[in-house]
Amino acid sequence: MYRYDEFDHAFVKERVAQFRDQVERRVNGDITEAAFKPLRLMNGLYLQLHAYMLRIAVPYGTMSPVQMRKLAHIARTYDRGYGHFTTRQNIQFNWPKLSDIPDILEELASVEMHAIQTSGNCIRNVTTDQFAGAAADEIADPRPYAEILRQWSSVHPEFSFLPRKFKIAVTGAPHDRAAIQVHDIGLQLVKNEDDEIGFKVYIGGGQGRTPMIAKKVRDFLPEEDLLTYVTAIMRVYNLHGRRDNKYKARIKILVHETGLEELKSQIEAEWQHLKDTDLKLPDADIEAITKYFEKPNLPDRAEGWGQLAQWKKADAAFATWIQKNVGPHQHPDYGTVTISLKPIGGVPGDATDAQMDLVADLAEEFGHNEIRVTHEQNLVFPHVALADLEPLYRVLAANGLATGNAGLVTDIIACPGLDYCALANARSIPVAQEISNRFGDAERQKTIGELKIKISGCINACGHHHVGHIGILGVEKKGAELYQITLGGSADENTSVGQIMGPGFEPDAITDAIEKVVDTYLELRSTDDETFIETYRRLGMKPFKTALYGEKTAA
Amino acid sequence: MSKVLTANKLIDGNSVWLNAQGEWVETIADAFIARHDEAVAALEETGEQAVSDNLVVDVAVIDVKETEQGIWPIRLRERIRSHGPSVAYGYEALVQERTQAA
Repeated sequence: MYRYDEFDHAFVKERVAQFRDQVERRVNGDITEAAFKPLRLMNGLYLQLHAYMLRIAVPYGTMSPVQMRKLAHIARTYDRGYGHFTTRQNIQFNWPKLSDIPDILEELASVEMHAIQTSGNCIRNVTTDQFAGAAADEIADPRPYAEILRQWSSVHPEFSFLPRKFKIAVTGAPHDRAAIQVHDIGLQLVKNEDDEIGFKVYIGGGQGRTPMIAKKVRDFLPEEDLLTYVTAIMRVYNLHGRRDNKYKARIKILVHETGLEELKSQIEAEWQHLKDTDLKLPDADIEAITKYFEKPNLPDRAEGWGQLAQWKKADAAFATWIQKNVGPHQHPDYGTVTISLKPIGGVPGDATDAQMDLVADLAEEFGHNEIRVTHEQNLVFPHVALADLEPLYRVLAANGLATGNAGLVTDIIACPGLDYCALANARSIPVAQEISNRFGDAERQKTIGELKIKISGCINACGHHHVGHIGILGVEKKGAELYQITLGGSADENTSVGQIMGPGFEPDAITDAIEKVVDTYLELRSTDDETFIETYRRLGMKPFKTALYGEKTAA
Repeated sequence: MSKVLTANKLIDGNSVWLNAQGEWVETIADAFIARHDEAVAALEETGEQAVSDNLVVDVAVIDVKETEQGIWPIRLRERIRSHGPSVAYGYEALVQERTQAA
């Protein structure tokens, strides 16, 4: 993992002291809310429906047990005993007091964490594949590049007041688990003919009220040009991005309105001034950062193979968990483990302080001290020996953390919605809970297979509904909640934006509607192995629409 | 239409409502109800003053219905603000999951 150097420590400490002073002055009445609001937002502090909300950055979703324990401590001491892991691989606390925030930030700084740039029109937390550095299909670990981008973008003077927020995602594998094509900049690590590392570069993806799939601007950007080229993109956006209209201010609109070829040539022109400057990354710098992310020493543990087969035979729930929540690792004796934060009927992404402490303990015992947060709101141990899976599972299961549903119909992304969020128009969590309960039976989920449901409580799409195989968008109509269904979205290497099915459903009808869609898929699929998204892509919207609304509406 | 004044307390962010004594209280049941234009104007003025006194933020006059059970905000958003999240959270949510699993 990356460790703070002296500069990082001093910088974060200074920011805590600054904010402590700002909070004191605000509480004493020396500064108004209008002046204070941008200052608190720069430190990740929002005001929601019931209380303040503090969003803490988890850089590229990577955390140590010590950091996780600190989050548990904050949940217990300053909040209501739980935290919420987000689709940006961050964590949010829903009930902190303004007067406690400086102390919380100081506690975070002691474990090399902070809440800087988790809000505002700046470059936000760089996200990546939760299996980075472990996944069998990976070309290279994306985290060193994410860390380079983090260092470069932290309080970058030129890019601290962009037209709008800016999100960058990096993937190191051809199978995209970081949803790079719905980010402002998406980077995919690739190798060229000479076996050199570089990036495919995408720009202008995004969700929100105008969902757009990113456009490719480079097939191969050499790694040394990472910062020069990204800076060129940022400069063009910063100059021409629309500041006149908040809803048209993201880079996706600039790409759309300018046209890809014109924008590409503007970026290239800007890059000509930058490509040979100090921003060009020397090999030594990349190597130095990469060293922080070296894989832990993973001794051969071949005994796991035989044991695993026996354990699976003896326990069907364990076998399901292995099948769904354990993925292939670069080392054949190891696996990646997804710890589901989606218990049947639970609140997606929530974890109690005791669960966080437990995860920290288990990461030390079985996980080589590494924890990841996924954008699908689960946790991951990237390096677990197959021989350790059974004891790990037993402890997780005893604590409500072993639901074997990764990628299944109950592994739902949901934003906090109207239960917490000041921007929401409808609730998300109860919808997720009802769907989870409806499909909770393990056999039924297994029969359905891979199916990603994503729910947002407003058009801002924090719940990624546009890229759900089934997306649900909550709106307010005549003072009541109404839920629109979209089908066919996807956020992997075959990214697509879901299409709206038809008129929305009231809260008490939405689960039935989803069930109808799922049952229709089961009837229509060509084989038991054809996934929901494959069936939808083969047949289109019509049969689903007919099933849900009848012949007339579907025509 | 009946209206009450709501805000969030500066110091802890908690949702509060103005009562008849001019205090900010954490239950909507005790809120002062304005039933005519003058009273609404007085609420608005009180809200502005409380903001400039740095007691509260995000003040708003909201529509409510007076029912036998008490004050009922018209918008769902305000009902959730006054009653808290509509779903169990933290440890309470865990208990619920276990019960359902059993």
